[in-house]
Amino acid sequence: MGIEVTDISSVIKLENISYSYPGSDIKVLDHLDLEIKNSDRIGMMAPNGSGKTTLLHTIMGLCKPESGIVKVFGKVLKHEKDFIPVRSKIGLLFQDSDDQLFCPTVLEDVAFGPLNLGFSRQDAIDAARKTLKRLGIHVFEQSVTHRLSGGQKRLVALAAVLAMEPEVLLLDEPTAGLDNKVKEKLIYILNSLDISYFVISHEYDFVKAVTDKIFSMEKGRILTDDDMQIHRHEHVHKHGGHPHSHK
Amino acid sequence: MIEEKFASGHSLIHQVDPKIRIIASIVLSFAAALCDNIYIAILYFMISAILITMARLNLQDVIKRLKPVFWFLLMIWIILPVTFEGKIIYQYHWLKIAGPGVMLCLKITIKSITILLIFTALIATMTIASLGNGLHKLCVPDKMVFLLLMSYRYIAVIEEEYKRLLRAAKFRGFSPGTNMHSYKTFAYLVGMLFVRASIRAQRVYQAMLCRGFNQKFHTLDVYQPNRLNSIFLTCILTAGLSLVILEIIWV
Repeated sequence: MGIEVTDISSVIKLENISYSYPGSDIKVLDHLDLEIKNSDRIGMMAPNGSGKTTLLHTIMGLCKPESGIVKVFGKVLKHEKDFIPVRSKIGLLFQDSDDQLFCPTVLEDVAFGPLNLGFSRQDAIDAARKTLKRLGIHVFEQSVTHRLSGGQKRLVALAAVLAMEPEVLLLDEPTAGLDNKVKEKLIYILNSLDISYFVISHEYDFVKAVTDKIFSMEKGRILTDDDMQIHRHEHVHKHGGHPHSHK
Repeated sequence: MIEEKFASGHSLIHQVDPKIRIIASIVLSFAAALCDNIYIAILYFMISAILITMARLNLQDVIKRLKPVFWFLLMIWIILPVTFEGKIIYQYHWLKIAGPGVMLCLKITIKSITILLIFTALIATMTIASLGNGLHKLCVPDKMVFLLLMSYRYIAVIEEEYKRLLRAAKFRGFSPGTNMHSYKTFAYLVGMLFVRASIRAQRVYQAMLCRGFNQKFHTLDVYQPNRLNSIFLTCILTAGLSLVILEIIWV
């Protein structure tokens, strides 16, 4: 009996993925390759419309690529049913938390995932409470989801994803529309996680605080650290008295 | 915005299984609606008053909830007595007030308030989630239950989106009037709202898939099967049935 050799350290691997929106010739993803390994903390900064969200949705099986291979935990995923067991191990935090919180109360929403995983009612409640407590938002347990503030919604959505104990986390602009206080909390939470994650964001400070590597996207392909140098550039020109140039 | 003001209580009614409460409210309100005798209607009203007392609701809030029906009743009281044919009990010049009209108004008033009170006491005292759960247990199709739960959750979001669109239009100098431009603008707004709602529905469904949704809705609140449920249901059914029998014998 042959033993299937799989690279254990590779959690998510995309090979040669191409995707374009129905009715459009422009390739959002163009022969794209990406690998997320165990305990990787990767940031992704790229312009709007460069296909970041499509990339995450491809990993989750919400977008079906025209060509290429999606491998998660060493397994090739092709059909909807291949993705179902994998989705519970990859947590995806959506851009708009309102999309993610659909149950009437916070506790029910956070327990939704565990219940779908087949947890008993009490176990699901316990898992939900534990996660809420870990994120310091257990006071909202009985709150009605649509009455929470934007920051609270984002944290509850994160709790809902973490309650399923995923092995990888994909975050789609987690800081969009948040104030500094919630951002700091998010930084603290992400840094205390021991799972690998992939963060899309437009905020350099945030990405730098929570990740080890920063990637970018251009023309439907990933640019890794080696291909580019992102650096912060901030200075004041007083009266324009010191002319200088940038490389 | 939908409030669930009455849902968080600890009265006897709150402890009864939602399923039982839904059955009880349907049976009672049908019985009340179909009764034709004013005295029996008063008895139904008393039952509903007892239920409200049992649910220990704030009377002022309950009356506030009845406000819309008061407007409706006021309209009936203005129209029916003067348009009805029958024995005239009061006449002022050409204005004739008919006895049967007043009687009918009285019956409609008592019955509609009774039914609303029954629903306030039994249904408004549970969260929408429990209501969905109860309906599910009563074999209401899953699609209907989802529709109820999702509408409850997203009505506020859609309202917000509508307000945002309208605000954007107003900021650009739009002031609604009776002209083609206004109608067209509102048509665009509504169309846009539909488009956004359907896109959002797609995203919500994707989010549900990501969290392992398998066409089944689980709920957290569990009502232990206890004797309270059967006692409550027996009481309500007995009361309803005996009033129906009483009316048949009486008439």
